[in-house]
Amino acid sequence: MARKLLLEHINVPGINTFDVYRSKGGYASVEKALKTMSPDDIVEEVKKSGLRGRGGAGFPTGMKWSFLAKPEGVARYLVCNADESEPGTFKDRYLMTYIPHLLIEGMIVASFALGAKTSYIYVRGEMMPQIRILEKAIAEAKAKGFLGKNILGTGYDLELYVQPGGGAYICGEETALLESLEGKRGNPRIKPPFPAIAGLYGCPTVVNNVESIAAVVPIINDGADEYAKIGIGRSTGTKLISAGGNVKNPGVYEIDLGLPVEEFLYADEYCGGIANGKRLKAVVAGGSSVPILPANLFLKTINNEPRLMSYESLADGGFVSGTMMGSGGFIAYDEDQCIVRNTWNFTRFYHHESCGQCSPCREGTGWMEKVLHRLEHGHGKLSDMDLLVDVSKKIEGNTICPLGDAAAWPVASAIRHFRDEFEWHVTNGAEAVTRNFGLAHYADPLPKKEETVA
Amino acid sequence: MLRVDEQQAPVTFTPELVKQFDDIVSRYPAGKQKSALLPILHLVQAEYGWLSSNAMDKVADYLKIQDIEVYEVATFYSMYFMRPQGKYVLEVCRTGPCGIVGAEKIMDHIEQKLGVKEGEVTADGLFSWRGVECLAACGFGPVLQIGPEYTFYENLTNHSVDQLIADLKVKGNN
Repeated sequence: MARKLLLEHINVPGINTFDVYRSKGGYASVEKALKTMSPDDIVEEVKKSGLRGRGGAGFPTGMKWSFLAKPEGVARYLVCNADESEPGTFKDRYLMTYIPHLLIEGMIVASFALGAKTSYIYVRGEMMPQIRILEKAIAEAKAKGFLGKNILGTGYDLELYVQPGGGAYICGEETALLESLEGKRGNPRIKPPFPAIAGLYGCPTVVNNVESIAAVVPIINDGADEYAKIGIGRSTGTKLISAGGNVKNPGVYEIDLGLPVEEFLYADEYCGGIANGKRLKAVVAGGSSVPILPANLFLKTINNEPRLMSYESLADGGFVSGTMMGSGGFIAYDEDQCIVRNTWNFTRFYHHESCGQCSPCREGTGWMEKVLHRLEHGHGKLSDMDLLVDVSKKIEGNTICPLGDAAAWPVASAIRHFRDEFEWHVTNGAEAVTRNFGLAHYADPLPKKEETVA
Repeated sequence: MLRVDEQQAPVTFTPELVKQFDDIVSRYPAGKQKSALLPILHLVQAEYGWLSSNAMDKVADYLKIQDIEVYEVATFYSMYFMRPQGKYVLEVCRTGPCGIVGAEKIMDHIEQKLGVKEGEVTADGLFSWRGVECLAACGFGPVLQIGPEYTFYENLTNHSVDQLIADLKVKGNN
């Protein structure tokens, strides 16, 4: 069984309270960082660990920190991105619900490293229970002297606040998040300037995902070298994966990066295979935005090597035969699922969540939704597939923020890999809603571990 | 956007509510009180059930910003209601992973059970419902949430939805 860095104590009763968390070695990294390390030491350590942003883009966290401008007399901010809304992803909710102090501990260390005196955790508004949990945890930490003025007598002051969002997927994009935190519509900003130069209130700002911030705790406690020993290549450390869809055991799993996907999908310790004895048809490996892959291409790369849960291996084959790690939202589809319907559902999501600032995304997502709707309901034309690819190509790369790309990729990949299913919806229009195209040849060859479960 | 037929009562915030506003404003640097807009709108909606233009104008006065700055934010974010809702708003996640485990059937069931279409309010004023996009609980679908505290109900079945609605009816307006 893999070593757990983040979720080691998740099952300890009362771990959501300060006292129990502290008794399990909690807040040790704050003591170590504030008393024995300089801010630059911490940034260097995080750089050395190879930690990559866990929110989706996978940009090295330490490098992001080192870009932060430090002009004299200007405040700096750390903002935690807890606006988890990527379909398929629910790891941050899990972490904040059950072990909120881990995030607070990471926030203190990271804020110290960046020289921030005020930090915000931007939580999506629907997570009101998690906001209450975090506010309580912050109050506890403050009462014990880990927040507020002169933390642990080191002279470092830090205030930490929780900010609720308003229910907009776009606010997971860092500049939209900053706009929202300033009390405006969540319209992404044109970059440059990057937040590291001009972010919140025009001041230098770092925005990090919940899991990235939490991962700073084991990096400081055990050292960057220990952390970097876990994983494979440039994918170091552990990653939280939210497993959902038709898997037997949905939930949040902490895995060592580099775990074979077959093991993750079929081992009882993780997903446990497909529910109800069905067979696997397709997988979305990193949240709805990443390309969908048919089972055979997901389990093995195009060169017939086993695919691993790592940034590089999942991306093996580029967008022709690969996908992306994304935010770790793992959705498995069994043989009964309709890819056309699922693609329509995702596109409706992106149409709903497009902020409307750039016309390719605002208009393009709407057109894709309409065309997919008519395909799913049996009124499509054979030319619709090319039309969809054409629209998606006109969105991709032509928008201020990556939401446009995120809307285009699932459609383009679904048509690339499942074109015959789309065509079947046109040629069998009358049955398109009532019957499913089924498994076809997508799951071939099937792994032998896949057996009917009683 | 702000076409609302219903009569809009004048709005006065209670001193307790204003104290909560003050508390939120104190989190931001001086002059950046506009940052408090989203949290304050949540509090106002929790108090009145929706955001009337009267209420939004009062928020603008409080934050010393233009009315339009409040309207543009309130209409952008999906959590704010621009018209009155039932006391309990059942918000069912309808995106991808919930969709493949039966979210649409749950919404059909709720529609039939409550007898009102998406966005409408039941005659007793207790319920309304709508489909919403991903609620980040994809492993436990179908899910629904009920504001203003956004209590979560996971792994829904027709039976558990019936039970929930019956419980809320007993709770009524209390």
